[in-house]
Amino acid sequence: MKCNRLVDVGRRQFLRGGVLGVAGAAAATVLPAGQAKASPALAMVDYPSTKLGNIADLKVDEPLDIAYPDADSPGILLKLGTRVEGGAGPDGDVVAYSVLCPHKGFVMSYAASDKTLNCPGHFSRFDCEKGGQQVWGHATQNLPQFALRVDDKGDIYAEGADELIYGRLSNVLQA
Amino acid sequence: MAYKRNVDRLPIIPADAREHNVTCHYCIVGCGYKAYTWPLKKQGGTDPASNKFGVDLSTQQGAETEAWYAPSMYNVVKQNGQDVHLVIKPDVNCEVNSGLGSVRGARMAENRRSDITGTQQQRLTEPMVWRYGTWQPTSWDDALDLVARVTARVIDKDKEDDLYVSMFDHGGSAGGYENTWGTGKLYFGAMKVKHCRIHNRPAYNSEVHSTRDMGVDELNYSYTDYQVADTIMLVGTNPMECQTNLFLNHMVKGMQNGARVIVVDPRRTVTVDACEQVAGAENVLHLAIASGSDLALFNTLFTHIADQGWVDADFIAQSTYQGDVAVAEDAAHPAALGSFEAARAACKMSLADGAKITGLTEDQIRQAAEWIAKPKEDGSRRKTVTGYEKGIIWGNDNYRVIGSLVNIGLATGNVGREGGGVCRLGGHQEGYFRPSDAHVGRPAPYIDQLIISGGGKVHHIWANDHYKTTLNAAEFKRVYNRRTNMVKEAMDARAGATREELVDAIVGAINAGGIFSVDVDIIHSQIGQAAHVILPAVESGEMNLTSMNGERRLRLVEKYMDAPGSAQPDCIIAARLANHLERVLREGGRNDYADQFKGFDWKTEEDAFMDGYNSGNPEVTYERLRAAGNNGVQEPVKGYENGALVGTARLYEDGVFTRHGREDGKALFCMGSWRGLQAPGKAQQQANHRFLINNGRANLNWQNWFLDQKNDFVMDRLPVPFIQIHPDDMAELGLKAGDMVEVYNDVGATQALAYPAATARKNETFMVFGAPNGTQGNVINAGTNELILPNYKQTWADIRKISDATPAAAKASYKSWEVEL
Repeated sequence: MKCNRLVDVGRRQFLRGGVLGVAGAAAATVLPAGQAKASPALAMVDYPSTKLGNIADLKVDEPLDIAYPDADSPGILLKLGTRVEGGAGPDGDVVAYSVLCPHKGFVMSYAASDKTLNCPGHFSRFDCEKGGQQVWGHATQNLPQFALRVDDKGDIYAEGADELIYGRLSNVLQA
Repeated sequence: MAYKRNVDRLPIIPADAREHNVTCHYCIVGCGYKAYTWPLKKQGGTDPASNKFGVDLSTQQGAETEAWYAPSMYNVVKQNGQDVHLVIKPDVNCEVNSGLGSVRGARMAENRRSDITGTQQQRLTEPMVWRYGTWQPTSWDDALDLVARVTARVIDKDKEDDLYVSMFDHGGSAGGYENTWGTGKLYFGAMKVKHCRIHNRPAYNSEVHSTRDMGVDELNYSYTDYQVADTIMLVGTNPMECQTNLFLNHMVKGMQNGARVIVVDPRRTVTVDACEQVAGAENVLHLAIASGSDLALFNTLFTHIADQGWVDADFIAQSTYQGDVAVAEDAAHPAALGSFEAARAACKMSLADGAKITGLTEDQIRQAAEWIAKPKEDGSRRKTVTGYEKGIIWGNDNYRVIGSLVNIGLATGNVGREGGGVCRLGGHQEGYFRPSDAHVGRPAPYIDQLIISGGGKVHHIWANDHYKTTLNAAEFKRVYNRRTNMVKEAMDARAGATREELVDAIVGAINAGGIFSVDVDIIHSQIGQAAHVILPAVESGEMNLTSMNGERRLRLVEKYMDAPGSAQPDCIIAARLANHLERVLREGGRNDYADQFKGFDWKTEEDAFMDGYNSGNPEVTYERLRAAGNNGVQEPVKGYENGALVGTARLYEDGVFTRHGREDGKALFCMGSWRGLQAPGKAQQQANHRFLINNGRANLNWQNWFLDQKNDFVMDRLPVPFIQIHPDDMAELGLKAGDMVEVYNDVGATQALAYPAATARKNETFMVFGAPNGTQGNVINAGTNELILPNYKQTWADIRKISDATPAAAKASYKSWEVEL
C-alpha cells in the first residue's frame, strides 16, 4: 500500500514543477517585465486555458498529477465514476483540484476508499465528490477546484479556479 | 457544490502597514495573531521591498510560509473613522501556536463587521428599546435611563434579591479583565447581587470546586509540559477540535518526543485518531468507558497505583496533609477532603469492580496505571500530564470525579513538576478580576430554576444566551417568553405615555409575575428576542482587551478597528449604567444608596483596567503588556525587571499549595467514593430511553457559533446541528445521511441532522452543543450536582425521523472525519 504519511513524503517536497510534464501554462499569461507597451489592467485575474489530458486517459479513482495555472501549483485530474455537481466530461464525473492543503500548504493524497483528499500535515480532509468541501479540518476555505472544459476530441482544459490557491496571493502569479 | 469565495487575488500588505498584537479571542488557547491595517487606496507589491514579508510574492511560497493569507484572513473595516484593509494572520513568533491558525481563529478578519464587504451585519450598532410593539433604536442615555429607573424600583440598600444578573466571567471574546471588573464592580461592589449566574451554567459557582478545595488551581502548568511528558492523559476532552493548536503545537511535539497517550472518552474522537496517526496506535490507549463511570475508573487507578507503590512518597509527606479528615463532607463539600491514606481508604476500588462499572477490561486499567505511574527503570518519576474538560466538568458527579483525577496527580508527584500538571483544558480564555463573590453562597442559587418558578423582577444579561446554552432549556424558554411578554404587553398598552407612566406600567407587570429583561450583547441573541432593552457591546480588537490563556499567559489585544456603530465595551456600559443608577437614586432622594454607585467615572477600557486589575497587580500596565507582545507574561506576575514583566511558568514548583487558602500550604486528597449516576433523574432517563445523547463541541464553530451563524463557509458545512449515529442504528431508524431527526425524552425535544459515524458505539450518539437552530439543552434535564453544576453528558433520549434532509443539508458531505493516509 502506498504510504502517504508526512514523514515519508517529506515536508517540503511539493514544489514538483519540473516533473509534471505540463509545459507552457504560466508562459501563456505572464507578460515579460519591461514590455514597452503595457496592457490595460483588467478587473479580473486572467486565467490561462491549459490542457490537462484527455478523457480517454482517465480511469476511475486513478488521479492524474497535473499543474494549474502554472507548474508550481500541483493538482489532480480525477474521474470519480459517479456524476457530481460541477463534474465535466460525458459522464459528468471529471473534476480537478489543487492538492495544496489550504491550511498550511502540505501536499495532499487521494484516498480512493472514500474519494477524499487527505493532508498529512494536520489531518484535514476534503470531499472530491462535493466540490472539495472540507469534511473535517483546519483550513478556512474549501479546496480550490479548477473549472474544466472538454472539447470535441475529449481534451480537457482547465480555465479557472474558485478559491485562492495556497502559497500565492494571486492565483495567476504576476510580477 | 461547496461554498467558494471565488477570490482570485488579495491585496498585498505593504511594508509600512500598521501592526497590532492580537490574541485570538475565541478559545482558551489564545493563539497569537498579527493584525495588519493600511489605507484603503494603498497596496503593497510583489517585490520584496514593497511588502510586509520582504519576499518575492510573484513566486509560489512553500508550505508553512508566513507570506500567505487566506481570503478568510482579510476584510475592510473602519479604523478611526476611515476604511482600511485588514489582514489578521497567525503569528509565527508566538510560542503558543508558532504560526498555526485554527479553522476558527483564521477567520477572525472575515468575522469582523464590515459595511464594505457586508460581513457580520448581524452585529448590534445602536441601543434599542421595546416601543410601539417592536424594538426601536434610541440613544444610550435614553436606553440607560429606562434601565436605571426600572431597576431602581426593585432594588434598595441591602435589598437586591429581585435583580437577577446573568454575566460572563471569562476572558477573550467580549470578556477579559476590563469587562469582568466593570460588571463585577457594579454588581459585587456597588451592589451585592446574590441572584446571578455565569454565561454557561445556571449558577454563580466554580466548575472545578474540588481541585481548588484541594489546593490545586486548575491551570497549573505550562503548555510546554506536554512536549516533555512521558505520558499525556486526556480525560473528557477533545483537544484536536477544541484546543486545536495546543494539540498540534504542543501535544503532537510531545508524542514526537516519545510520549504515550491515554484518552478517556466514551466516544472515539478525532483526537484519538490524530494521536494514533502521530504516536502510532500501539502508543495510544483509548479507554472508552461507560458514560459517567469516570469516578470508578480513577478510584480504581488510584487504588492500583497506590497498591503497587508507584507513588511519590516524599512529595506526599512534604506537600500534602498528614492527618485524617481535613474538611468534612457537608452541603458545600460533596466529598470529604483529607490525607493520602484517608483518601485511599475512602476511594478503594478493586480492578474487578472498576472493570465491571467502566466496561473496560482489567488489563486496560492495569496498562493505564503503568503508563501513568510506573516509575522508569532508573526509578525516576514518570512524567504524566493530565488535561480534562467538559466530559467530566459537565458529567456525572463533578466534585468527586475531578477530585479523584487530581488525587492521581498528587499521589504521583505530578503537580508543579516539569512534564506534569493536572489542568483544565478550558473553554474561553480567563480574565476574572472582581470583588468577592462570597455573599453569593455555596451552593449558589440555581438561577434558571428560580426564574422558572417566578423569581426575579429585573434581569440584566451580559453576553449570556440561556436559550441556546442552558439545561432544561425548553421549559426555561416557555416561562421566560411568557414572563417577558407580560412586560411587553404592558409597555404596548401604554404607548404614548410619559417615562414615569411607562415605568409604572412595567413595575405593575413585573409585580404581577413578569420580568423586565435587559440584554447586553454583540448580536441580537435568542434570549435577546425576549428583551425590552438591548445594549450593543464590542468584542476584542474593537477595544483593547487583556486576558490569560490556559497556561495563564496574559496578553493585551490591541484595538485595531472601530466599534460597530455606537457599540461600547462592557466595562464602559457598566460604568454608564452605574452613573445612571446613581443619578436616578439621587433624584429619588436615596442619597445613601446612590453613594454606593460612585467610582465609575471611567472614560476608556484602560481606566477600567487600572481601577481593577492593576490595583491588585501594580506591575502590569498596558504599556508593559504592549511591549510583551504576543508572548505576554504567565501569571502570576512576580515583578518587572530589565524592561520586562517577570511571570511564573508553572505553579507550585515549591511544593506549597495555596488555592484552598490553607495556611499550612498542604494539598488535600479527595475522599469521594463511587455512587453511581449522582444527579436527579439520570438513572431513570437511562432506563427509559434507548440512546445516549452524548454532546459537546465541533472543530468548525465550537467557541464562535454566535458569529458563525452568519458565516457562509461554516453554515454551508453544517447548516443544522448534527447528531452522530452508528450506521446500523441509522438503518434501524430508517435514516439516510442528512435526514432530520427529532431527539426527544422526558424533558423536551430538539432537532439535528443524522451524521453517520462508523466509529460510534451502537446506541451511543453525539450531538453538537450550542447550535442556534437545534438547542441540545432542550433534552437535558434539570438535575445538577449538589453545587449546581449541570450534567449535560449523561442524557438519554429516543430518536425518530421527522424530515428528509433540508435542502442545504442535502448538499453537505457526510464522510468520515478520520484522515485516510
